[in-house]
Amino acid sequence: MSHYETVIGLEVHVELKTRSKIFCDSTTEFGGEPNTHLCPVCLGLPGVLPVVNKRVVEYAIRAALALNCQIAGFTKFDRKNYYYPDMPKNYQISQYDLPIARHGYLDIEVNNEVRRIGITRLHMEEDTGKLVHQGTITSTPYSLVDYNRAGVPLVEIVSEPDLRSPEEARAFMEKLKTIIQYTGVSDCKMEEGSLRCDANISLRPAGSGQLGTKTEIKNLNSFKALYRALSYEVERQTGILSKGGRILQETRTWDEEKGVTLPLRSKEYAHDYRYFPDPDLVPLVIDPEWVEDIRNSLPELPDARRERYMQEYGLPAYDAGILTSTKELADFFESCLSAYPNPKAVSNWVMGELSRLLNASGMDITACKIKPSQLGSLLQLIDEGTISGKIAKTVFEEMFASGKDPGDIIEEKGLVQISDVNTLMTVVAEVLASNPKSVEDFRSGRERALGFLVGQVMKATRGKANPEMVNRLLKEKLLQEKL
Amino acid sequence: MLQLYQRTAHELHNLLLNKEISAEELNLAIFDRIESVEDKIAAYITLTREKALEQARAVDQQIKNGERIPPLAGIPVAVKDNICTDGILTTAASRMLAGFVPPYSATVVKRLEAAGATLPGKTNLDEFAMGSSTENSAFFPTRNPWDTGRVPGGSSGGSAAAVACGEAICALGSDTGGSIRLPASFCGVVGFKPTYGAVSRYGLIAFASSLDQIGPFSRDVTDCALLLNIICGHDPLDSTSARFDVPDFTRFLVNDIRGMRIGVPEEYMAEGINPGVREVVEKAIALLESLGAFVEYTTLPHTEYALSTYYLIAPAEASSNLARYDGVRYGFRARETSDVMDMFMKTRSQGFGAEVKRRIMLGTYALSAGYYDAYYLKALKVRTLIKEDFDRAFEKYDLLVSPVSPTPAFRCGEKTEDPLEMYMSDICTISVNLAGIPGMSIPCGFVEGMPVGLQLMGRHFDEGTLLRAAYTFEQNTDYHRAFPAL
Repeated sequence: MSHYETVIGLEVHVELKTRSKIFCDSTTEFGGEPNTHLCPVCLGLPGVLPVVNKRVVEYAIRAALALNCQIAGFTKFDRKNYYYPDMPKNYQISQYDLPIARHGYLDIEVNNEVRRIGITRLHMEEDTGKLVHQGTITSTPYSLVDYNRAGVPLVEIVSEPDLRSPEEARAFMEKLKTIIQYTGVSDCKMEEGSLRCDANISLRPAGSGQLGTKTEIKNLNSFKALYRALSYEVERQTGILSKGGRILQETRTWDEEKGVTLPLRSKEYAHDYRYFPDPDLVPLVIDPEWVEDIRNSLPELPDARRERYMQEYGLPAYDAGILTSTKELADFFESCLSAYPNPKAVSNWVMGELSRLLNASGMDITACKIKPSQLGSLLQLIDEGTISGKIAKTVFEEMFASGKDPGDIIEEKGLVQISDVNTLMTVVAEVLASNPKSVEDFRSGRERALGFLVGQVMKATRGKANPEMVNRLLKEKLLQEKL
Repeated sequence: MLQLYQRTAHELHNLLLNKEISAEELNLAIFDRIESVEDKIAAYITLTREKALEQARAVDQQIKNGERIPPLAGIPVAVKDNICTDGILTTAASRMLAGFVPPYSATVVKRLEAAGATLPGKTNLDEFAMGSSTENSAFFPTRNPWDTGRVPGGSSGGSAAAVACGEAICALGSDTGGSIRLPASFCGVVGFKPTYGAVSRYGLIAFASSLDQIGPFSRDVTDCALLLNIICGHDPLDSTSARFDVPDFTRFLVNDIRGMRIGVPEEYMAEGINPGVREVVEKAIALLESLGAFVEYTTLPHTEYALSTYYLIAPAEASSNLARYDGVRYGFRARETSDVMDMFMKTRSQGFGAEVKRRIMLGTYALSAGYYDAYYLKALKVRTLIKEDFDRAFEKYDLLVSPVSPTPAFRCGEKTEDPLEMYMSDICTISVNLAGIPGMSIPCGFVEGMPVGLQLMGRHFDEGTLLRAAYTFEQNTDYHRAFPAL
């Protein structure tokens, strides 16, 4: 479209789902009445001291290893100083020049092209509280502050400016989310703020080795917002540059409603953070053996799992990709396989009926009432001819709603397939007798009439008739009487 | 015959055990004493009479029940008002925290309570422990019991004065650059700054985190050891508190320093020192030598950089530590402000005193982009050199001794107009904080009728050697028995 190349780097914040906060034992639970998940430490009262939660360090290492990072042998915490009322101490404990991890990467695939995106660093820090403005941010007469979130552990992940389009940025975030979720260290729920991102974006003449002037985009609360904001920004910057204008280095905020990025008042945001090592915390020496233990405890990660699904199960890339998109779904799929070892059949059901029902009810797989073994038995019942594929869908819906065993549902509702020739012959005879017109049509060569007659038999048996047998019996009968 | 308020904790403990007095009587005696002299001394910001008497009665009940009571049970131990006490006003002598009642107690306060000590009240200090005379208190200055026209030293002036004049038997203070040792010296009591990490800082309102340390004031070395027994030890709530085997410090109370190797850093005895102080200190050193110690002059070559190093590191940390006082959550908030930034600025402009603001500005500057390397980082490097000076000295000596201050207590108002002059009072004490080693002040004589302190400095976690030398000195002198006539 243009002769400019887009350069994007992302700064991602991930909330770690440890039970207690990063420097005290207050709960990290989301929600709760404002200012109830607090103690003197996370409220920054005079005289309190932070003590690092070892689990946070473990989770950070876990996430970093999954992102192919190198783990530091020696790391420390620093204070990032700035005044904002959502920060109890007016400094944030973060990591500056010696982060826990550096030099990682992850692979993304956009338009059938795999690209490796560098990860500059991953560091630990504490989250801030939250301001609740009474009115809009510019016109509020006063604001309330909730410190429940203050001190919740975060890792900040900074990518290299390796992304070349809004599509790639979105793919990066999706991939990052999948990987982090696999490691089990975060829910990565963008809507609850446990996954957040800011984007740096600049344009440069295609082929140039230098970076252009960047803008930083904030308030990106969904993948869609990220994609739309960056697309808008590409257009805006292209417009300015192609008219010979200059990009202003600034922080901009995404306005979801208007679909535009707007400058944030840059004066207040021009910070000198005066980082210095936090004297209340001692540097951490990371035991390489501990790192190896964590590495060994990592689950199979999405790329490897997807590859295995293609190789081992012979699934198409698309199916393998969807099935491994969350660890829970992939685990579900594999549990089904141990009950019913036919990957393609299970995949069809998981990606078809199950996904449809999950989407329709807005649930995810973890809330699904159907146990993998139950889906296995259902498929078994189809194979055995106990129910038809069509009835199976009805049974499946009931399983989805109630969590009951398919066998019980079939019994309760009398859904066992009718495969008895005599019973079926009686129904077939009745249907033929009461539909002379269709019989006539069929005999005069209109094959479609057969479909109608099959339907009538199914209807008469409330769908329980074995469709293959009905088909065969009807044909036999029609052809017989023709002779 | 000595009054109860003039006795030491270990003497009083025996009186309690022998049922010659009750803990309640003792505490009432202290409050009587407070009533009669507090007008002149102004050692306390808050008195907690009811709490102290309640604690005392609990101890009396234990005695009555025939239970064993620990050595400081029923003994009134005052606490500096920058150490948090659950449910009791804690101000750090700042307008910023006027009205602040913490919902938790410092670890040292819990330890004192567990040991049965009673709390008579919270003592005055220089605002946020920044000062050397207790004149920087936002509320009122504390006076020196030996001459109420003079300062008690600072910043723990309230604690030192209270112990000196019998308004408490013992006290806790905090020492960032000499804030225990200087007032101990000026008021003629024993003051001890433990090794950095020996005592939990949890609940101590931070001034400079890498330098702050809580320590005891007492009338003699034995009481000092008893207090160290209570307050020293690892605290899981303080990452900088050390895991070490806490000895029973009373086992160092041995009247014998034969063969002890003592160094006298010549930089601490150089020009600028008051001739009277020099004479008293030299006499004290001669006494140590006569008691069998091997004494010689030595050098700590980076001493001349200590003051500037300290005045970069301490304010830098303070500028960040004190950022939380913004009027949002607790303490003082300015009225009539237009928006949140205005509220921050007015709150801090009105809530902090001049010295605190001066140090916040110094520290903010030292940490600013473009200056960090030249100031803060450079200061950290010099700090290492200062530590190495001590390391080298302690290869040769078991102990270093010096004056605590180049002068005896100065007159009220004498140095308030000149911050640099005031900073010079700490010239002999701040290196100890920069190096993180233990330091102690013991009474060693008088100049112009004012007490003079001898400073003892030891290796990391070698509190024992200091106590032993101090005890030996005390057993062979009477300075610690002197009591100010008020």
